[in-house]
Amino acid sequence: MSTFWSIWISVIVLGTVFGCWWLLYATRKSQTTDTETDRTMGHSFDGIEEYDNPLPKWWFYLFLATCIFALGYLALYPGLGNYKGLLGWTSANQWEAEMADAEDKYGEIYAQFGKTPIPELAKNEDAMKIGQRLFANNCSVCHGTAARGQVGFPNLTDNDWLYGGSPEQIHTTITQGRMGNMPAKGVMPSMTNEQVNQVVNYVLSFSGREKDAEAAEAGAQVFAQACSACHGPNAKGNQAMGAPNLTDNVWLYGSTYEWIKETVMNGRQNQMPAQEGRLSDDQIQIVSAYVYSLSQD
Amino acid sequence: MKKHELIEKNIGLMIVLIVLTISGGFLAEVVPLFFQKSVNEPVEGLEPLNALELEGRDIYIREGCHVCHTQQIRPFRAETERYGHYSVAGEFVYDRPFLWGSKRTGPDLARVGGRYSDAWQRQHLFNPRSVVPESNMPAFPWLFENKVDHESIDERMKTLQTLGVPYSDEQVANASEDIRGKFEIEALVAYLQQLGTVISEKR
Repeated sequence: MSTFWSIWISVIVLGTVFGCWWLLYATRKSQTTDTETDRTMGHSFDGIEEYDNPLPKWWFYLFLATCIFALGYLALYPGLGNYKGLLGWTSANQWEAEMADAEDKYGEIYAQFGKTPIPELAKNEDAMKIGQRLFANNCSVCHGTAARGQVGFPNLTDNDWLYGGSPEQIHTTITQGRMGNMPAKGVMPSMTNEQVNQVVNYVLSFSGREKDAEAAEAGAQVFAQACSACHGPNAKGNQAMGAPNLTDNVWLYGSTYEWIKETVMNGRQNQMPAQEGRLSDDQIQIVSAYVYSLSQD
Repeated sequence: MKKHELIEKNIGLMIVLIVLTISGGFLAEVVPLFFQKSVNEPVEGLEPLNALELEGRDIYIREGCHVCHTQQIRPFRAETERYGHYSVAGEFVYDRPFLWGSKRTGPDLARVGGRYSDAWQRQHLFNPRSVVPESNMPAFPWLFENKVDHESIDERMKTLQTLGVPYSDEQVANASEDIRGKFEIEALVAYLQQLGTVISEKR
């Protein structure tokens, strides 16, 4: 702040405080020496007069006390332009102190958990309590508070993994995020509506729910051409690409004919946002262990 | 004549004294900020919103999102742990008006950009309960049917340009074409996904 503005602020602030002080004394009426004629405002409406009494003493001194408080405050805290105040307080350094306190209190615990291997950490009750809270705050919005997922957001408790369920894979997923992208009609943009019907029936047949056995049979060939590149020739999926296993009757986007048809026709895109930078490394380790623990029973 | 009588019976004098009294706070607390670098200068890397994001911002205002969501993270640990780095003035220099808000019925959105996927944002705006069962946020299904207002976007950008937002003339000229035919939901999600991303580190 330039010197000009610093002086500008100081003059107005101190001027206001001392102005109030002056006003209090300048308009103060003595409690005792007033004559009787001075005691009303001198006007009368319908015979009603208004007293012109002095402020009660306690009230007067309370006003004075606020002025003194203001001066004390201005000495301690930054209120006068560039003057930093005797305490050197700023909102940023208050926050830093708060963070440092937390670091003193929790830093060691976090560091300890951060070094513990995930399978071991998953058995540590204290770590899992922290993990649950971190999960509730950062993950539950998509995966649900019970981690059971929703349409489009995977269930983390069922041991069916899109990108793998090993501790390392879970850790990578959380750290770097994942980009799920199924193109419309797989890699066969020329797929006709007839063929869509066939391939949907074929996919339903993995869980014994095909509507039209003939179409399902014909769908095998469409599947081989359009879908097997990612989902594999046996439709068992591919964790390297996050292509789901279609044979296990676990569905990310709904299991009915209509849902699957919608998926085939328009494709699916979703993203797991990377948590690196949002969560500390130690926190990621703990959340990974928490997610890992969910399917370990 | 008594002193207060003098003031009470001269309305002109009273007006002058009242203005003087109430302007003290404004002159000391607000006016110097007009000349402060930390308030006037954008933080490093801050770009004005592009046409689609700007349209999204206007939809955000139209739907009253700022009534229930703040866009201002205060420097307290409880907030920075949840939302990310506290907000700084330089992030808002192109915001006219700013959307800091004053009440959190829902969470703060100052750094919601990139926190959730586009698909989540769309599903959540279509029906919040479908992803967050305990949510009391209203659904906004019409955003998926209405097209954006591509006709007045260049006017709006020009206005901002006059107010000092550094849009190039080319950006203004292309704005209408850039967003023509887009759905409102696309604009709103584009706006949400850039919120607070200039300062990304959490600590």
